[in-house]
Amino acid sequence: MATAHAHDAHGHDDHHHGPEKGIMRWIKTTNHKDLGTLYLVFAFTMFFIGGLMSLVIRAELFQPGLQFVDPEFFNSMTTLHALVMIFGGVMPAFTGLANWMVPMMIGAGDLALPRVNNWGFWILPFAFTMLLSTLFMEGGAPAGGWTMYPPLVLQTGNAFPLLIFAIHLMGISSITGAINVVVTILNMRAPGMTLLKMPLFVWTWLITAYLLIATMPVLAGAVTMLLTDKYFDTSFFTASGGGDPVMFQHIFWFFGHPEVYILILPAFGIVSTIIPTFARKRLFGYDSMVYATASIGFLSFIVWAHHMFTVGMPLAGELFFMFSTMLIAVPTGVKVFNWVATMWKGSMTFETPMLFALAFVFLFTVGGFSGLMLAITPVDFQYHDTYFVVAHFHYVLVPGAVFSILAAVYYWVPKWTGVMYSEFWGKVHFWLSAIFINVTFFPQHFLGLAGMQRRVPDYNVMFSDFNMVSTVGAFAFMAAQFIFIGNMLYCMFAKRSGQVPDRVWEGAHGLEWCVASPAPYHTFEDPPMVGADGEPVKGSHAAAAHH
Amino acid sequence: MFKSGSMARAAAFAAAALMSGAAWAEAARSQYNLPTGVTEISREVYWLHNFVLIIMCVIAVLVFGAMFYSIIAHRRSKHPKPADFHESTTVEIIWTIIPFFVLIGLAIPAAGTLIKMEDTRDAELTVKVTGFQWGWKYEYVGEDYEFVSMLAADSNKARQLDSGVDPKSVPNYLWEVTNPLVLPVGKKVRFLITAQDVIHAWWVFDLAVKKDAIPGYINEAWTKIDEPGTFRGVCAELCGRDHGFMPIVVQALPETEFKTWLAQKKGVDVASLGKAPPVAESVPVATTTDAAASPTDAAAAPVQVAAATPAAAAAKALSKDELMASGKKVYETQCAACHQATGLGLPPNFPSLVGSKVATGPAAAHITHTLNGKGLMPPFKSLSDLDIAGALTYQRNSWGNKASVVQPTDVAAARK
Amino acid sequence: MASHAPAAPNNTRYFVPDPSAWPFMLTAGLALLIVGVWSYLEDKSLGSIPLYVGGLFSAFIIFRWFRGVALESERGAYGKQVDMTYRMAMAWFIFSEVMFFAAFFGALYYARTMSVPWIGGEGAKGVANIQWPGFEASWPTNGPAALGGAFQNMSAWGLPFINTCLLLTSGITITMAHHAIKLGKRTACIAWMWATVALGVVFLYCQVIEYIHAYQELNLTLGSGVYGSTFFMLTGFHGMHVTLGTLMLFVITCRLMKGHFKPESHFGFEGVAWYWHFVDVVWVGLFIFVYIL
Ligand code: HEA
Ligand code: HEA
Ligand code: CUA
Ligand SMILES: [Cu+2]
Repeated sequence: MATAHAHDAHGHDDHHHGPEKGIMRWIKTTNHKDLGTLYLVFAFTMFFIGGLMSLVIRAELFQPGLQFVDPEFFNSMTTLHALVMIFGGVMPAFTGLANWMVPMMIGAGDLALPRVNNWGFWILPFAFTMLLSTLFMEGGAPAGGWTMYPPLVLQTGNAFPLLIFAIHLMGISSITGAINVVVTILNMRAPGMTLLKMPLFVWTWLITAYLLIATMPVLAGAVTMLLTDKYFDTSFFTASGGGDPVMFQHIFWFFGHPEVYILILPAFGIVSTIIPTFARKRLFGYDSMVYATASIGFLSFIVWAHHMFTVGMPLAGELFFMFSTMLIAVPTGVKVFNWVATMWKGSMTFETPMLFALAFVFLFTVGGFSGLMLAITPVDFQYHDTYFVVAHFHYVLVPGAVFSILAAVYYWVPKWTGVMYSEFWGKVHFWLSAIFINVTFFPQHFLGLAGMQRRVPDYNVMFSDFNMVSTVGAFAFMAAQFIFIGNMLYCMFAKRSGQVPDRVWEGAHGLEWCVASPAPYHTFEDPPMVGADGEPVKGSHAAAAHH
Repeated sequence: MFKSGSMARAAAFAAAALMSGAAWAEAARSQYNLPTGVTEISREVYWLHNFVLIIMCVIAVLVFGAMFYSIIAHRRSKHPKPADFHESTTVEIIWTIIPFFVLIGLAIPAAGTLIKMEDTRDAELTVKVTGFQWGWKYEYVGEDYEFVSMLAADSNKARQLDSGVDPKSVPNYLWEVTNPLVLPVGKKVRFLITAQDVIHAWWVFDLAVKKDAIPGYINEAWTKIDEPGTFRGVCAELCGRDHGFMPIVVQALPETEFKTWLAQKKGVDVASLGKAPPVAESVPVATTTDAAASPTDAAAAPVQVAAATPAAAAAKALSKDELMASGKKVYETQCAACHQATGLGLPPNFPSLVGSKVATGPAAAHITHTLNGKGLMPPFKSLSDLDIAGALTYQRNSWGNKASVVQPTDVAAARK
Repeated sequence: MASHAPAAPNNTRYFVPDPSAWPFMLTAGLALLIVGVWSYLEDKSLGSIPLYVGGLFSAFIIFRWFRGVALESERGAYGKQVDMTYRMAMAWFIFSEVMFFAAFFGALYYARTMSVPWIGGEGAKGVANIQWPGFEASWPTNGPAALGGAFQNMSAWGLPFINTCLLLTSGITITMAHHAIKLGKRTACIAWMWATVALGVVFLYCQVIEYIHAYQELNLTLGSGVYGSTFFMLTGFHGMHVTLGTLMLFVITCRLMKGHFKPESHFGFEGVAWYWHFVDVVWVGLFIFVYIL
């Protein structure tokens, strides 16, 4: 409040040339770059917590028989691993990137609602403290899977309300974040930055934000019904009262499927930004990329029941959802083909961001193929709830979403810190990650086909070998990530600003490359005039963003 | 692969039929791919799977081929001057249309198979399958015969945390049950699948049947098994702590064998009302101990039983020791999965029997509780009077419990 | 903040607020509130203190935050662009609210057209009925187990109809108020606003009466199977939104009396009006799908 009055009091240029000092800077900041950093650091922490949980899972699955954990605790690990990775890792990481880059890419001074932006971030640490605190509660942490199907999830102990409220908080955070991005993109583009001149990262985030605003409230509604079913004797999901457990699954997946595209669309944007830079060639089929993204966004609302083929839907339903799901391959294919066409006859170099981007195109597509196989309903009856599904979604999520995040961080970190990361260690990190992610998840295809079901702490001895391989891969992959930490700490704390040029990558285009590296605390307070090439017209304000 | 497999099984079956008790030969399962299975549907599914897989590989080769060619040929050292084309409506239309047609090519056969799978009409036998935490209850509709099937004792012992037992030493680790579901070969069998507590999913690999078991609702599925044999499966929907430990075993018998099996099964219970067979022979009785060790004996078991019920051994009261002896085995195969070998159960779902009201209270209540089940606990009507009497006597006099002995006659009386 | 010199209404630079502790404090407040609710629902160890403290603290911060925004706005810190930001943000927020209600309407639809008929033995999955012999699909229903015992459903043409009229009228009165402010007729505007607030309050009063009636005479409760569940969930959440809306209307009216808002710029007012119309439309949906059909 005091601050609000302060406005009238003085002209306050003071805080303007730099941020406040100390911890208070981070708690009170309304600056998109500060918040972007906070988001990324938070996501990073969550990735590691979720990673450690996955290692508990893999360790138990190293051999048949139970060696380390009780089955109930194993299920908690599976459940929390997924929630932490999705809601704590990938989504905040993407929001962090949007915070940093969207305003810089469209020539805005900041996000449209800076205070709300701060709120959206600070909700997360509280939400996840709550969620993780359940590990220490009697009755244990939630163990019903991240899909939280009733009636099972209603057997959760003391932890139950905190699970629900943590989800509510994450929902609020995502919605506020999404509204912020939408409004920023629609309302704060610099003059000349027409919609069809926007970088694809901005476009994909626009659609992602729309998906978030449309689906997060539905998830909130679904878990609210769980809450009332458990504590206020409603019977939405109980047959004896006329409800239906399957109804929850429909509502959940109406959120859940768009959610998985929320986890991949920004990745598409990142890859569509990085490949042209290192191919030194304009993105092929920009317009079709935009339309493809839009149609993926639309289709994602009418395929949800492909997660529920075995619940016994009427035949017509099964057929409809099979066909609609298969359709998504078309726009996604357009994207893949456009990426390849962008590389075609380019002049490529392979710095770390490019390596991760290429691995993305390759491995995401592999995951896409298995996805398409899962879409074939009669065969999904065999695949469903086996490790084949686990393999599918880790291919799209880890070498998909996570690799795109790594690529983006390597790509923009010099712009953020003014320090170039170590290319050598970057490449080492890439190769170790790329190799071991396949060692981890490729064998899981075989496990699934041979009949190993998901969410089990123990298995028949015939699955021993592949599980052993998968576990080795997982530990090695996790270990490789420490190289990344080292590289990032170096960029953040090796104080050698100005060491890198404004246009860090000679092939890079766009407004963000026309401001100093590291980017000043405030950029584009006076919007630049954007020219046909999507870069500032000479003499426009953009220069002013320099020191 | 499928053909030879079937020969092997047929032969093995013939042999087994002769010296009842021997295990069926089982086709080795692929480590890498879906099972071909033993039904028309399962083979169609298998074909579809390979078909889609191959198409995916073809597309992959094309797409990745182009990509890696470009990566090699168009790297800066080889190709310093980037071209500057960046769109081509024709190309883009082509690679929008082609995938679309590929998809139609996939959709048509898929739809065909799906429609077949969903057609549960004119079945010759209906089995109601009920999942519960953590096991299955099978009910031959119209035959009024039902029984419960849980993880076999040896697997159950080995899978405990640091059990010290090496899973490799356990035959069919986690894939063995106390009582297999026995089905006739060559008949269309319809399943009515439901659940008692939470959602489960009934899945048998070789039948390509997987359907969720949803409390309060019923899902239909069907199969028509081509050849005799033992086919395994698991629960395929997270259902709590022991989701990984509620396997399924289906045993397919030629129709005649199946008929006798069923008749004898029902016979057992009818026969054993009142007059329990003498302990010595009754240990391998019907649904319990032996069958547990290897479900494949189930078919044979009744034979022994039939032999083992001379009217002579009429309602003679058994000694506590006899009951404790046979009861221990019954307990370990039927009750221990939930109430644990220690009798301490797994609260809250599975109450401890140590000093519990039921297990130390009046026998009558204890018996009806067992016969009719309660909450998560399924009814155990299908066990013989002797088995129940033994199990209860064991419960009432172990782990420091001190309560009355239960005689088969008491159980028989309670059934009326 | 981006506007160096005290900003003029038509400033070109976008308003970026100073660093602020409100968001953090609000989150802390909410977290405390949640812990309170948790302790209320599960282990009662913490008693009700966190619940009240958290609730009051959050409410207080929200008040401070909005007051701050109001002052900034009155100071003219917001230019045209910021005004547009708020319009868009509000529109998208309301859209998210629509989707929230969609979940519950979806549940109602599913129960009526699928789950209930199925367990009643009708439709593609009618076999389910053998689990519930004797149960026949009907609406309203409390399910085969008749959860919560026999009940009567709420007839549409009593209080609910009156409530419909109340809300629709309030829609008109707030529009009148809007016209008034546009024409600079502040007193008229304030009068219409009070009318709207009053209508909102009366609506809530009727809603309370209706609930008491349901619980005491009709034996219609949250526990009355899926009908009771959907009925109270939908009307209940709507009721909460009306409460919130009425509160906002009240605040806006007070601001009007303090001389806030100008004929040409008064988005605070319009935003609340939008929200009120949204609540209005949802009610019409409720009236049709929950009460009449
Ligand atoms: C980033 C997240 C992400 C993405 C992008 C996808 C993408 C897809 N997914 Fe996946 N999916 C998940 C995350 C994701 N999925 C998760 C987390 C689960 C499990 C949830 C749980 O149960 O816990 C899941 C589960 C899941 C299932 C349920 C399986 C089961 O439980 O039985 C199905 C079934 O249809 C499916 C299908 C698809 C399809 C068709 C796509 C398509 O979008 C893929 C399209 C891409 C391609 C096809 C490749 C590129 C295209 C070409 C090169 C063109 C030419 C190709 C053809 C003509 C075929 N997914
Ligand atoms: C984005 C989501 C995501 C990610 C990244 C992962 C990562 C991993 N997952 Fe998981 N997983 C899921 C989502 C994810 N998973 C989901 C949804 C399920 C289903 C749960 C359920 O059944 O309910 C699941 C389930 C699941 C299972 C099945 C459990 C079971 O069925 O019982 C297994 C088993 O091997 C597994 C393993 C792993 C492993 C070894 C990794 C490893 O890749 C982890 C290694 C560590 C990292 C990937 C972090 C490193 C990342 C960075 C360093 C980037 C930081 C960047 C910045 C922000 C700057 N996961
Ligand atoms: Cu039963 Cu999983
Ligand atoms: Cu999906």
